[in-house]
Amino acid sequence: MAATKAQALVTGLVVMDADPVADQEALERLALWALQRYAPIVAADPPDGLVIDTSGADHLHGGEELMLSGMVNRFFGSGIEARAAVADTWGAAHAGARFLARPTHVIAPGGQRDLVERLPIAALRLDSAIVHGLRVLGFNTIGEVAGVPRAPLTLRFGPELGRRLDQALGKVAEPIDPVRTPELIGVRRSFGEPIAAAETIARYAANLVGALCRVLEEKGLGARRVDLLFHRVDNTYQAIRAGTATPVRDAKRLTRLITDRIETIDPGFGIEIMSLTATHAEPLVATQVISSLVEEPEADVSGLIDILGNRIGARRLYRFAPVASDVPERSINRIAPMAPDEGLGWPGHWPRPIRLLLRPEPIETMALLPDHPPVSFTWRGVRRRVRRADGPERVFGEWWKRDAELVAVRDYFQVEDDAGERYWIFRAGDGEHSETGSHKWFLHGIFG
Amino acid sequence: MPDTVANSIVAELRDRIQRLEGPSGRGRQVLPFGVSQIDRRLPGGGLALGSLHEVAGGGNGAIDGAAAALFSAGIAGRTKGKVLWCVTRPDLFAPALAQVGLAPSRIIYVEAGDEKVLLACMEEGLRHGGLGAVVGELARLPMNASRRLQLAAEGSGTVGIVIRRWRRQAEASDFGQPTASVTRWRVSVLPSTPLPVPGVGRARWLVELIRCRAGESADFEVEAPDAKGRIALPSELAHGSPEAQPRRSGAAG
Repeated sequence: MAATKAQALVTGLVVMDADPVADQEALERLALWALQRYAPIVAADPPDGLVIDTSGADHLHGGEELMLSGMVNRFFGSGIEARAAVADTWGAAHAGARFLARPTHVIAPGGQRDLVERLPIAALRLDSAIVHGLRVLGFNTIGEVAGVPRAPLTLRFGPELGRRLDQALGKVAEPIDPVRTPELIGVRRSFGEPIAAAETIARYAANLVGALCRVLEEKGLGARRVDLLFHRVDNTYQAIRAGTATPVRDAKRLTRLITDRIETIDPGFGIEIMSLTATHAEPLVATQVISSLVEEPEADVSGLIDILGNRIGARRLYRFAPVASDVPERSINRIAPMAPDEGLGWPGHWPRPIRLLLRPEPIETMALLPDHPPVSFTWRGVRRRVRRADGPERVFGEWWKRDAELVAVRDYFQVEDDAGERYWIFRAGDGEHSETGSHKWFLHGIFG
Repeated sequence: MPDTVANSIVAELRDRIQRLEGPSGRGRQVLPFGVSQIDRRLPGGGLALGSLHEVAGGGNGAIDGAAAALFSAGIAGRTKGKVLWCVTRPDLFAPALAQVGLAPSRIIYVEAGDEKVLLACMEEGLRHGGLGAVVGELARLPMNASRRLQLAAEGSGTVGIVIRRWRRQAEASDFGQPTASVTRWRVSVLPSTPLPVPGVGRARWLVELIRCRAGESADFEVEAPDAKGRIALPSELAHGSPEAQPRRSGAAG
């Protein structure tokens, strides 16, 4: 379409010259960013994509769905509208991101065939001439092309069509050439004979970690994230990524983190090259250990945090920090386990339940308004008579967070039933004014 | 003469048992509750560090595990170092833990996907040695798993506490199955301390020591932990009243 025609169609259209070189450079920068954040094998997929091998990395981001939506949100935050899809093969993920993702799409393992066959031919990463030629012949979807004999098509359009079809359906491998820059600190080792045994891999991994730590020491850095790439004889990659909570230069600790996950590596017919890269490194300077005669220093648990974090995902490991809020569910905030201690606490003059329900559960009560605790309440089908009660503790809505909370009120009561079980219940509203809440009762926590 | 022979045999046997139990077997450190009636029942005068303990709730506590968690928090709060708290259902409310002396900066929560992962995380924590206590909330604790945890705890001297918490009341009978834990407790809620004015007083529990290796079972009526994590005997019982009788464990132990 000519620019003048486009300008006639859309008023106020801004026209800029295309700059493919700058686009390519920006895409490479984006790939490096994704390398540091998501997975060890990342490459730019010009002109407009990134390809990431997420196997073994998605659990660190809370699963595939969460990882994709997190990715898209992060891009959106920096002004890029991205779409993301995950699938078994590069080809299927490429097609899914461009034709299925709204804005994310997860193609289940083994499910790419059904999905890809329904997509238009344009999803196959072919030249526009081939796509046009196939359309002329009456083909519309990939399934139709895959269903006819291959030889006449190859004769007419060349081998590219068959190759792209096989790549999308996972019949031939399509290696990703991972992006690297000279600034990344890395060491590598090539083998004369391919290796495959787990013990051999572990031994060479330990050697590589030792070499990497020496390089890091020269530069005064510590690794926050290391990637061990295995280049297999069939020209594909396998990878192990390990992250740490604090910069680390201790060879023993890093080796432990890497060898912990060797069982996830499939050596295939053998591994030719192993390369270890500190994808993310931070300055690490020696600090003086405080030696005190009175008090023993607290043991360092960052090694344990790293081991657990790499196993179950760093976001499943956390500490709670106080937040200045009277609303119970907002008074806590998850922080990283190694975050510095602020020394803050919660005001301790009101009792707080040890178990807080995820959502307050509605209960049926009999209560005098406005100020009395219920005489009895029914929770999960069991009626309990209130023997003793304490309250109300009035919690006001936080109007600075949401307009709807301008007049909202909760009145909390601690109640004890005949058996001595203690519960934390509240009434939405102050018992007099209907605009402060629905005057329904909820159970929010259980005391020990 | 036969006396000395018998004594030497006994001494030799003791020596061999001690060697079997390992260096940490006898001179093991303990964490006293600070309540003489309870500490007297426990070998060594307190809860053994470097071993595994089980705590379950009685009645509805088998499902919500509220009193059991608070009891464990009281113990963990009195150890030194950080505390690893492994859960599968994240419903702990940190301000309540702070009220029994377990500061928020000391607890690292681990949210495991399932109980198998949770057991592995607990074991890793117990092996590390730098932690004060490792607490895990589990429904099932097979013998093998408990043995692994106990060995890991023995090796490092960290105290391990398993809070048994089930999805349904019917599953709580699992608490009768044998495990390798050193002590086994059941904490049930009792009506709180009466106050002269309307209101809820300090929480009271019936703490049953169902099983105790090298000790007898017993039950105690105690008041919930204070701000330093110490439980106490109710004041009307502390002076002059007969202490709780030792009790043989029944089918549950």
